Amino acid sequence: MDRIPAPMDRIPILRMGDLLLVTIQVDMHDRLASALQDDLTGKIAEVSAKGVLIDISSLDIVDSFIGRMLANTSAMARVLGAEAVVVGMQPAVAITLVELGVNLSGVHTALDVEKGVEMLRNRIGFPERDDTDVRF
Amino acid sequence: MNTSIANLLVSQRNEIFQEWMHQQLSSEAMRADLISEADLRTESDRFLEVISRAVQSGNFNDIRAPEYKPVLEMLERFSRSRGLQGFTPSETATFVFSFKQPLFNALRKSGNGEPAEQIENVWAANLLIDKLGLYTTEMYQQSREEVIRRQQEEMLELSTPVVQIWEGILALPLIGTLDSARTSVMMETLLQKIVETRSELAIIDITGVPTVDTLVAQHLLKTVAAARLMGADCLISGIRPQIAQTMVHLQIDLSEVTTKATLAEALRFALKRSGRPTQSKDSRE
Repeated sequence: MDRIPAPMDRIPILRMGDLLLVTIQVDMHDRLASALQDDLTGKIAEVSAKGVLIDISSLDIVDSFIGRMLANTSAMARVLGAEAVVVGMQPAVAITLVELGVNLSGVHTALDVEKGVEMLRNRIGFPERDDTDVRF
Repeated sequence: MNTSIANLLVSQRNEIFQEWMHQQLSSEAMRADLISEADLRTESDRFLEVISRAVQSGNFNDIRAPEYKPVLEMLERFSRSRGLQGFTPSETATFVFSFKQPLFNALRKSGNGEPAEQIENVWAANLLIDKLGLYTTEMYQQSREEVIRRQQEEMLELSTPVVQIWEGILALPLIGTLDSARTSVMMETLLQKIVETRSELAIIDITGVPTVDTLVAQHLLKTVAAARLMGADCLISGIRPQIAQTMVHLQIDLSEVTTKATLAEALRFALKRSGRPTQSKDSRE
């Protein structure tokens, strides 16, 4: 007998070295969005993450709320020293966001997680390279 | 009142048919190059049959009445096939109009009834055949319009192919006028292909687009924006000097889009962007 899954009250954050991965699979509402932002900013600080991947490949409908949430989350990550990239946007979602006129100018995007990692690596470098030396 | 015509068509059927055939075959509108005598006989015979049945009802006015349905159906098929064979609308309608002569001759020869009644009969038959002739022309027009509509649909489908011209690089060569419908189709096709092929670069070539107005430009820019949101970049190439001028005059903001004059230049740029070595003919870049 199948169990009906309990509604998600927090979105899990996966860690891959200095990168964090978040997969959004359900409709976002206010509470879920702020919980995510709390958890994500906390985690970035905790592990000194350099990059965040936000996977929205499961979302087939969006509204301006989600658009703003993505933009805000990216900005928060950047303030904490991590680059964020949104991956897997479906064509219909992209068209909707353009039609809605949502401003996502500060948000990096990539076709999928693999390309997202590649992009982040190009921007933030690889873990072995330490380019955060303090100069005196 | 008009039973004499109805009766004539039955009792004098053969004579009327022979006279009609003779007249059609000897007329200059016959077009022996497009139709054989045997086929003409079959069609004429069929027409005579359905119209005889229809006028038995005594109705010479309303060709939309049920008794005329077989006649209309026959004429519709007839028009369509004549149109396909290459007959002009006049030649097609003449088939019906030419029926007047043998019919009136038969009426005259039968001689019964007073002149006034005869004239009434002739007039009623005249009106009826006119209506049927006009109906034939209308059907001819309709089938022509259907052909045009179908061709338009085919052209619409033909004109939005997305091709992969290199690993990770797509090209969308646009041909013809861009309207809202076509542009939506183009947008969806391109974005879908981007996902399918995991291409990070798409080149929209507008060499084949004769004019670009504000609306078209907006559509293009929306497509570019949507692709970028998904993680791919679009270049627009094939911009003719005239179009470049128009776009600037219309104050279309292209600051966010990379544009190139030719598809070749766009490809070179794309290859460079994706890190492939390219050999330049000159060192302009």
